[in-house]
Amino acid sequence: MERRTRIRLTRYAIYAATILVVGFVAVRADWGSLQEAFLDPEIFAEQFWDILTIAAKNTLIYTLLGYTLGLVWGLVLALMRLSTITPYRWFATTYIEIFRGIPLLLTLLIIGYGLPIALNGTKVPGTYGPGAVALGVVAAAYLAETIRAGIEAVPRGQMEAARSLGMSYGRAMATIVIPQAFRIIVPPLTNELVLLIKDTSLVSVLGTTQLTEELTKFARDNASSTFNSTPYIAAALVYLCLTVPLTRLSATLEKRGKRGNR
Amino acid sequence: MTGASGPPPSPAALPPAIDIRDLHKYFGDLQVLKGIDFEVALREVVCVIGPSGSGKSTLLRCVNRLEEPTSGQILIEGEDICAPHVDLDRIRTRIGMVFQQFNLFPHLNVLGNLTIAQRKVLGRSKPAAQAKAREVLAKVGLLDKIDEYPGRLSGGQQQRVAIARALAMDPDMMLFDEATSALDPELVGEVLAVMRSLAEEGMTMMVVTHEMGFARKVADRVVFMDGGVVVEEGAPAALLDEPTHERTRRFLRMVHER
Repeated sequence: MERRTRIRLTRYAIYAATILVVGFVAVRADWGSLQEAFLDPEIFAEQFWDILTIAAKNTLIYTLLGYTLGLVWGLVLALMRLSTITPYRWFATTYIEIFRGIPLLLTLLIIGYGLPIALNGTKVPGTYGPGAVALGVVAAAYLAETIRAGIEAVPRGQMEAARSLGMSYGRAMATIVIPQAFRIIVPPLTNELVLLIKDTSLVSVLGTTQLTEELTKFARDNASSTFNSTPYIAAALVYLCLTVPLTRLSATLEKRGKRGNR
Repeated sequence: MTGASGPPPSPAALPPAIDIRDLHKYFGDLQVLKGIDFEVALREVVCVIGPSGSGKSTLLRCVNRLEEPTSGQILIEGEDICAPHVDLDRIRTRIGMVFQQFNLFPHLNVLGNLTIAQRKVLGRSKPAAQAKAREVLAKVGLLDKIDEYPGRLSGGQQQRVAIARALAMDPDMMLFDEATSALDPELVGEVLAVMRSLAEEGMTMMVVTHEMGFARKVADRVVFMDGGVVVEEGAPAALLDEPTHERTRRFLRMVHER
């Protein structure tokens, strides 16, 4: 009895403290200047078109290029990790450990600035090239592990049945095992896509031009030119418009997968 | 059913369908097969029985090299399948295999399951592969399920589709690895019926099974394995009713008591 009273009193105390803090902030904050700094409707309106046609478009281009490269290269790495040929396994394991173990920012700098120096000015071609390649190189390391897990989740009997029908290992992988593996890993693949969308913000360190800048760089440039933080909020909203539908989709797919669709 | 082998020119000269010589198989330090000599003649139906862990499934899986033999020889229609440059994929198309867990491809419907290997391995045209699929599905009595996905079929139906999938390749012989062990009791009969009609058509069959009734009625020969060796073999009635070895007697007593 006494214990329950004590728990109730503690809870009331927490409520009271929360209300006090929120109330204090609400009263003391300068809402007018906050709104002006973060939610200036004029700046919103002025940038609305550019943020969609330039910044959001470039974020999507970097994401799709990086993801496609990551999927293809990641599939190759996953197959190498599962190979019976030891050097392939070593190579894939080492690659994955390296690129999951160092920051993406560093990989971007090495591919964007380090390679041209090392190769006497030869660089990854295309305005999106260096950034997209760096994103893909790192995404491949993560996707390889996801794809490998998917392939290992397909029952062994599937490979055996395919082989006993006379299919080669490669054909059995391509037509029987991998299609099933990708169904299993749709939720984690969606999550990796969301992570990649956000990681494109780091590409800005490679000094993108006004036409190739993505959301974060766009926001930074405009925030400093207008002395206002509204561009940051605008960029954040666009990111959310891209990522939230994907995370919701991933959650739905995961739930459906758990129910079992066999 | 048209066999792929055609009429033999001189039956006496034909090698056995399956000829296993002094086969040994280790899993790590564990010796599972301890020198098996074993033959299945053309058009013969051989049932392999024995307690679990006796090595009978491993023996069957060695026949198409799903398991790699440690030593010994396996000849399929006279061809050594462990020879260095043998085209294993080509030989496997002549050996149909049916698994305990069916192993249908869940991402393909029944027609897809039956045509994919015909198309990609045998290089048959789409109409030819589909006609073949219909023919073998009719044989197992499931032509009406041609568009279904495996997940929507009962266990017995799935296993019959799996048999049809193997038959669609026009194999010279069929291997059955405890094909009815994963089925609910009331579904066992429909699968055994399909296997029996295959045997009656003259298919060469090697059947690992716990169904003593099937072995008695359908097999030409029954082989009893225990502890990685063939303990004894003979005509079904002789082996099942008057086994000469104590181990065979003990096993059959256990089976009959159930």
